[in-house]
Amino acid sequence: MLAGRTGADNVVIRGARVLDPVEGLDAMLDVRIDNGVIAGLGLELDTNEHRVIDAAGLTLAPAFVDPHVHLRTPGREDEETIASGTAAAAAGGYCAILAIPNTDPVVDDADVLRSLRARALEEAHVPVGFMAALTKGQAGAELTELGALADAGAAGFTDDGRPVAAAGVMRRALQYNAITGRMIAVHCEEQSLTRGGHAHAGQVAAELGLGGWPSLGESLMVARDLDLAGETGQPVHLMHLSARESVEHLRRAHAGGIRASGEATPHHLCLTDEAVRTLDPNMKMNPPLRTEADRAALIDAVRDGTIAAIATDHAPHSPEEKDVPFEAAPFGVTGLETAFAALHTSLVVPGVLRLETVLDRLSAGPAAIFGLERPRLAVGSPANLTLLDLNATWLVKASHFRSRSANSWLVGQRLQGRVTLTMAAGRVVHEA
Amino acid sequence: MTDLRVVGGELRPPSDERRHLLSVSDLTRDDVERLLATARSFALSQERETKKLPTLRGRLVLNVFYESSTRTSSSFELAAKRLSADTMTFKSSGSSVEKGESLKDTALTLSAYDPDVIVLRHPEVGAAAFVARLTEARVVNAGDGKHQHPTQALLDLYTMREAFGRLEGLHVAIVGDVLHSRVARSLVQALHLVGADAVLVGPPALLPEGLAPMTYDMSAIADADVVYVLRMQRERMLEGANFVPSLREYAQRWGVTPERLREGQRVMHPGPMNRGVEIDARVADSDAALVVDQVRSGLVVRMAVLYDLLITGPVAVASAVGVA
Repeated sequence: MLAGRTGADNVVIRGARVLDPVEGLDAMLDVRIDNGVIAGLGLELDTNEHRVIDAAGLTLAPAFVDPHVHLRTPGREDEETIASGTAAAAAGGYCAILAIPNTDPVVDDADVLRSLRARALEEAHVPVGFMAALTKGQAGAELTELGALADAGAAGFTDDGRPVAAAGVMRRALQYNAITGRMIAVHCEEQSLTRGGHAHAGQVAAELGLGGWPSLGESLMVARDLDLAGETGQPVHLMHLSARESVEHLRRAHAGGIRASGEATPHHLCLTDEAVRTLDPNMKMNPPLRTEADRAALIDAVRDGTIAAIATDHAPHSPEEKDVPFEAAPFGVTGLETAFAALHTSLVVPGVLRLETVLDRLSAGPAAIFGLERPRLAVGSPANLTLLDLNATWLVKASHFRSRSANSWLVGQRLQGRVTLTMAAGRVVHEA
Repeated sequence: MTDLRVVGGELRPPSDERRHLLSVSDLTRDDVERLLATARSFALSQERETKKLPTLRGRLVLNVFYESSTRTSSSFELAAKRLSADTMTFKSSGSSVEKGESLKDTALTLSAYDPDVIVLRHPEVGAAAFVARLTEARVVNAGDGKHQHPTQALLDLYTMREAFGRLEGLHVAIVGDVLHSRVARSLVQALHLVGADAVLVGPPALLPEGLAPMTYDMSAIADADVVYVLRMQRERMLEGANFVPSLREYAQRWGVTPERLREGQRVMHPGPMNRGVEIDARVADSDAALVVDQVRSGLVVRMAVLYDLLITGPVAVASAVGVA
């Protein structure tokens, strides 16, 4: 399902704290990588004339997997390309990303999909899984050829950017998707409730005179799709959850044995709609930033595993699109290069979430949901790993992004925690 | 353009927001008192034969209007002229905006004339804050979408104080389409700042939660010293949104008629009025109405705002304007 180069680098990472929560591994070790594959974990390993990376004081973790990235290619290569988006991913500690198909043209037929996969083999710094649209043109009416698209390598199906408005279409999609074994990921939005909405329907939007995007606009659709997943017996993945009511629906569905998963973004985990008071267009996302109670519910769900994945919803926008008044700005912010540092600074350092939890939800969690090989720090596994300096602080600057776009909510912020090296599929793809 | 001094992606709110007048929430009670006192001094100056003061000679005030306006644009222009500032009024219609020029480019272009103040009206929330980040000029928000219109709130306070001799303890019923009203949002904050209070009265879907106490029942206006009538902003309503079933039903239930008012109440309206919808013509033309007073207040309050922004800070106002 992933398209990208593999490598055969020979490296010894010396003296890091090696941390793989799933393997139950947390020890000061050397890691030797032969021909891109982890060949040894131990003390004082022979270097075999490999390149040696001194990692004293650093933390080595399984690299991250982002199931929700807008690569904007084809169509808006001014905002992001496969090369720039995957360079951003590498810099953020990711070894694999899934690209969302709401491009121009939409990825709704196998030829477009194959051409993207071919380009990724040439250009991508980390392997990319391309998701395909669930309905033709993402118009919510006719199913795409899910079988043919899966055969051509689709990593999953989604109409993200918009909901599948008709319950009947969603039901057929879930039923038919049983033949593909790929995940359907849904953007939950009841548009008759969110039309004209620019911020969470609450106190802040009322004061600012912004049209409200209510929690119910999400949770009503979450409830519908969970019921459909239950009825069809097919799994569903809920993208970018933002409302506490949605989390409650998902928790109840899990208790009822429904196969459903959810993701949350760093911005929904770190910010509330109070940030909208700045009227900074980089505080405008879909779904919108919500209240402290919603943020707390998302954090609880990440902690207890109800939400098993943290996804960036990396959504690049050109300066022309975002250099406008708040109300005129499009939704979306970038996130690949700042996700770990933002979560570490806002949630791990203050003790809200454990480092192990965040590492798991950034890596093993999303990999499992989408059926991707789990990045592991174990002998015999391909080197998909990231080296983190948990003490380093850095200032986020618009001019420093590898992404072609700089619409980050973190510009000007000082963060603690830095990705110093990333290996993806056996290759060193990023070094700070 | 020489120095874009600006964003380059680093969009952050300005460090010194008080240089601008973007929102009533930027003001303290002291600021409001100072501005109203300054306005009062200017009102006295306007009773003299020569109404022009030399105070802002050589300064440039740009009025930039992306929405139609009668009262606000004319009073800002006259306020600047009465203070001897140069003024230029830029309207989006008939300009490069019609050729697709962005607000950013228009703002940077106009900033190249080194204006001291940019007065901006724009249909989108956040427009004034956005331009404030782009320019060295002081920015006065003359209305950004449904968000804020702070000089309207100040002139309304001024009008109320002239009519009642006080602001503290005044009770104001704000009636009608609060949801789409920047005037209401600014006024509620301003009333709270000076120790007056507001109740919102209107149809359920047009009263946003969390601004002030609210009721759907028009009998609630009986307690009010001031009945502040809002315009039904049909141009800001999304098609098919069904805020009210019809204007006729609205007028029957929430229209301000002579029968619904009691002796001693004063009626205000920010204009333009939809006579026969939110306000009965007999009310609009009655002695209870302060609508023309509001317009007159607008001139002196806007003089005070320009003065305050440019001759920074609390100074001895009376001596500066030369009135005893």
